[in-house]
Amino acid sequence: MSVFAFYLFAISAITGGLFTVISRQPVHSVLWLILSFISSAGLFVLLGAEFVAMLLIIVYVGAVAVLFLFVVMMLDVDFAELKAEMARYMPLALLIGLVILMQFVMAFGAWESAPGAADHLAQPVPTDRHNTEALGVILYDQYFLLFQLAGLILLVAMIGAIVLTLRHRTDIKRQDIVAQMMRDPAKAMELKDVKPGQGL
Amino acid sequence: MIQADLTVILPEIVLAVYAMVALLGAVYTTKDGVAPLLVWTTSGLMAVLAIWIATSGNGTNVAFNGMFVDDGFARFAKVAILLSAAAVLVMSQDYMNRRGLLRFEYPLLVALAAVGMMMMVSAGDLMALYMGLELQSLALYVVAALRRDSVKSTEAGLKYFVLGALSSGLLLYGASLVYGFSGTTLFSGIIQTAKHGELSVGMLFGLIFLISGLAFKVSAVPFHMWTPDVYEGSPTPITAFFATAPKVAAMALFARLMHDAFGAAVKDWQQVIVLLSVLSMFLGAIAAIGQRDIKRLMAFSSIAHMGYALIGLAAGTELGVKSMLMYLAIYVTMNVGTFAFILMMERDGQPVTDIEALRQYGRREPGKALAVLILMFSLAGVPPMLGFFAKYGVWQAGVQADLTGLVIASAVASVIGAFYYLRIVFYMYFGEEPEEALDTHSSPILWAALMGSAALMLVGVVYQFGIEGAAAAAAATLVN
Repeated sequence: MSVFAFYLFAISAITGGLFTVISRQPVHSVLWLILSFISSAGLFVLLGAEFVAMLLIIVYVGAVAVLFLFVVMMLDVDFAELKAEMARYMPLALLIGLVILMQFVMAFGAWESAPGAADHLAQPVPTDRHNTEALGVILYDQYFLLFQLAGLILLVAMIGAIVLTLRHRTDIKRQDIVAQMMRDPAKAMELKDVKPGQGL
Repeated sequence: MIQADLTVILPEIVLAVYAMVALLGAVYTTKDGVAPLLVWTTSGLMAVLAIWIATSGNGTNVAFNGMFVDDGFARFAKVAILLSAAAVLVMSQDYMNRRGLLRFEYPLLVALAAVGMMMMVSAGDLMALYMGLELQSLALYVVAALRRDSVKSTEAGLKYFVLGALSSGLLLYGASLVYGFSGTTLFSGIIQTAKHGELSVGMLFGLIFLISGLAFKVSAVPFHMWTPDVYEGSPTPITAFFATAPKVAAMALFARLMHDAFGAAVKDWQQVIVLLSVLSMFLGAIAAIGQRDIKRLMAFSSIAHMGYALIGLAAGTELGVKSMLMYLAIYVTMNVGTFAFILMMERDGQPVTDIEALRQYGRREPGKALAVLILMFSLAGVPPMLGFFAKYGVWQAGVQADLTGLVIASAVASVIGAFYYLRIVFYMYFGEEPEEALDTHSSPILWAALMGSAALMLVGVVYQFGIEGAAAAAAATLVN
């Protein structure tokens, strides 16, 4: 049964990936990408990593893919033109890809771990607790420093985005709450006595 | 346990917390109005931290399960990083202020980049290495594009960002292969499994990817393409920053990774470093000949200098690391002085980067021209100056490690490279009269940096800043 599930998820993940690249409609590409994400989540469940699987669904499908959809729909990018550009370089790209693939096959054909590698494994798979708890322990205990550093990196990213894009415009009207509260009817309104038939 | 760990990384914590507090403070007060003050407090804090690290630390302290290593080597690099960053910040104030670039985020981003660099040189784990590197790089991408209304500056930032992301990808891929081979990301664990002659092809793949990623950060050929454009496009004080502290951090990280994690397999990576070194020295020397823009010229100069520093790393010995550290310290000092001069090159208040503008400079400003002459001779490696002794140190280490061919090649490259440094001197003293002379005004800070750096190039010969002993001790803690 699990073998069947594995092949089902694996094939749908690869199919999703393939159609993401070759779809004509960018919106379809994003939808295929979502299929690919969900299939990968399925594979994680089979591995016993249910927390990562849920993260994949919530973060990638829930947030990232939806963001992609919005971006694709909002930006008016001529994908046909991009594709034509891509087709021109395709032979060269295929050649380079093939060479790299062959090199990798040679590298991994001879792949072996060091004799003592198993003893070094940072965290063996826990058996006594579910993996949300195990991840939490690793993240906030063993990798506490890295976790904090990641936070600092995100802070820098945020500062950077603001520095590079924020412009203080002086020519727009802003809401001034104090000025609003200080208004009184005597100054804000002017009563005019309009004579019949004359107008202002 | 956590308290002991936190004590070890206290300098980093202080700098990071300062940056965050100062950020909030500036946002809630007058924003860019406090920027000049922040420049001074940031560089002051960096100088204090440098003194603190130099005087207080002793021995090797490991924190956070081996992820953070505070040893003599890290302290030497941190002091160099903090002092050069502080010097560049102070030098930049006047230039940035007059061009409306002095935003309050600028000193704080530099401070956060410095935190990243300090994490880099103290990394004891592949993941800690990556985190430090990204923290540093991300802050640098932003400051490169700080002049956002200029096409060149945004181009510099974008180019740096895209190519930096590519190199991070290479680095991460290499790290994953190394992890797969040795079962751990800790350097102390990798070194037990990565022994010479026992590395599998896959492991070598990972090692090469790691080296490629780091070579990009030190801008060694063939991963140097971004350097001239980024140096030219960024505002000059930021170019000065790029040419100093991040180079020290990246080279120190390179040395730490190679010795701490792969120290048992020197023969496996030596040839790669030798190749990077030769290519960098020759490309830096030859490509700079055609450059008329002094910032691009300094970019090629930094590529060549990284090539020389890599000789020390290629030696794979304690003497090699010591000479590399000495080289970096001297290189940074020379660059601070040279960029202080470049910051002073102005005509009618506008910055000038064309070297033709320096014609007959020696007649109008003999004092400054003499200082530049000393710095150029030192950069070229002409014997009585300190720059020669930096090169001599790495050559000594190279010969001792049986890399005589590399040493001869570097001597040839050094002679070729001397041409473009000496051309600047030629223009200053023997060139024809220029159409328009450079402004004579100069800020006292820049003047002091230029003169101080030039004086050190002469006085330093006597006792090499007195840091030779510190460098030797630092190298001893890394290589054993």
